[in-house]
Amino acid sequence: MDKQKLLNLLEANAKMTLEELSEALGDSTENIAAQIDAFENEKVILGYNAMIDWEKTKRATVTAMIELKVVPTRGQGFDALAERLVNYPEVKSLYLMSGGYDIWVLIEGKTLREVAMFVAKKVAPMDGVKSTGTHFVLTKYKDKGVIFCDRKGDTRRLFSYD
Amino acid sequence: MIDYENTVSRVARDIKPSGIRKFFDIAATMDDVISLSIGEPDFDTPWHIREAGIISLEQGKTHYTSNAGLLELREAISEYLSRRFKLTYAAEEIVVTVGGSEGIDAAIRTLVEPGDEVLIPEPAFVCYDPLTRLAGGVPKPIVTRAEDEFRLTAEALKEAITPKTKLLVLPYPNNPTGAVMRREDLEAIADVLRDTNIYVLSDEIYAELTYGKVRHISFASIKGMAERTILVSGFSKSFAMTGWRLGYIAAPAPLTKIMLKVHQYGIMSSPSTSQYAAVEAMVNGDGDIAAMRTEYNDRRKFLLKGLRELGFPTFEPLGAFYIFPSVSHLGMSSEEFCKKLIQEQRLAVVPGNAFGESGEGHVRISYAYSKAHLKEALRRLEIFVKDHKR
Repeated sequence: MDKQKLLNLLEANAKMTLEELSEALGDSTENIAAQIDAFENEKVILGYNAMIDWEKTKRATVTAMIELKVVPTRGQGFDALAERLVNYPEVKSLYLMSGGYDIWVLIEGKTLREVAMFVAKKVAPMDGVKSTGTHFVLTKYKDKGVIFCDRKGDTRRLFSYD
Repeated sequence: MIDYENTVSRVARDIKPSGIRKFFDIAATMDDVISLSIGEPDFDTPWHIREAGIISLEQGKTHYTSNAGLLELREAISEYLSRRFKLTYAAEEIVVTVGGSEGIDAAIRTLVEPGDEVLIPEPAFVCYDPLTRLAGGVPKPIVTRAEDEFRLTAEALKEAITPKTKLLVLPYPNNPTGAVMRREDLEAIADVLRDTNIYVLSDEIYAELTYGKVRHISFASIKGMAERTILVSGFSKSFAMTGWRLGYIAAPAPLTKIMLKVHQYGIMSSPSTSQYAAVEAMVNGDGDIAAMRTEYNDRRKFLLKGLRELGFPTFEPLGAFYIFPSVSHLGMSSEEFCKKLIQEQRLAVVPGNAFGESGEGHVRISYAYSKAHLKEALRRLEIFVKDHKR
């Protein structure tokens, strides 16, 4: 079985059924199920998410990207701070960066105020944080390879026989 | 008052209007119809190709190109044909046309004189017959059959040849059947033609969309056949570029020279924006072809399985993006089936007889649609079959 292809297929569409995967990979559903289990146990596959455009729902969501400048801890570098930050459910993504700042945090909250307060009360006072820069997201056009802005539908003619 | 009927060209007047158009018009008035009838990719043209067109516009490259097409493009096509199909055509042997269709027209008009017979394996794409008539030629259909997997056989070809035969159209991979010709089938056709003066118009527009173990083999690559072959291809199907209207013909230089005249006076030169985009497709498009082919293949297998489970006798198509199941076991003609299917289940497919009488008893289903769309279509088809089981 082409394991890389299995991962590619699931990354593009985690909802593919075992039957569909079996068709695409030319292997039995049993073998594919076993391989997926193995990936999950090895933590190669860590989860399965739906891509949701919350703008189209009643749930209000505010997203902000926070740039942190950090004093690394002796012996642990940036890990100590990062491993504290990952515990907050408000923190959706967290990366160590090269360039003008050190850590990049993506935060989601219900309101601007909630996000701002989280940064002011939780993040900024943490040991090692030298400065924060908060940028609010205005519109999400594309996320994880999925386009969010409305595109045209099928513009082909409805019928033809050519 | 001018009597239009009796003063226009009789040949043009007598071209059969499509009966299918009528019932598609009915369908268009219904708002919940879904269609599996379209013969063009559902993918948009890959972005890097569109961008190449945009950049050419920004740079003001909006003038006529040379009649035969940009030299840069013809060189890229020459390289592509050699890379992908082991064909040897110099840039001078290639003319860039307005879609494959214009290439077919130019080829037929270059070869056919009044009374010449043109052999057309059927079922086939709808343009060969009227274009032959417009050139004064006589279309001679050769029936291909489901039991031969809709391939043209040497026997059928031999039977159809007369002293008036000028040209054989070889439309493979085939629209509407999805049939492909294997090397041995092409060799057998070549053996029949070898000592004749019969030309071959090899319409290989679907060459990149084959799904068997062996990739498409061009008729021009069969020993001794290049001299009599006009290869027609284009960008529409393999690069999802239908609206750009761009194709090409490749043939030995003495033929290209004459086809170029037909093209020059009919068209002048093909659209320049499309030509710049096409250069990008030829040079950097192999990955796009592979990605789209994988997707089509997935749908093809899905649909084949689904149709067979519903009891439709369906031969496995190995090319293009069509599947051509038989519907006669339900006791209906092709048109009856299509009409009822659209009235009762709001699902549109194309009756097989739209592609020649030998398509009767079949329907053409296109899988240039998303998997979700195909699933819904199969769901509707299942209800239809239950309602009409005998």
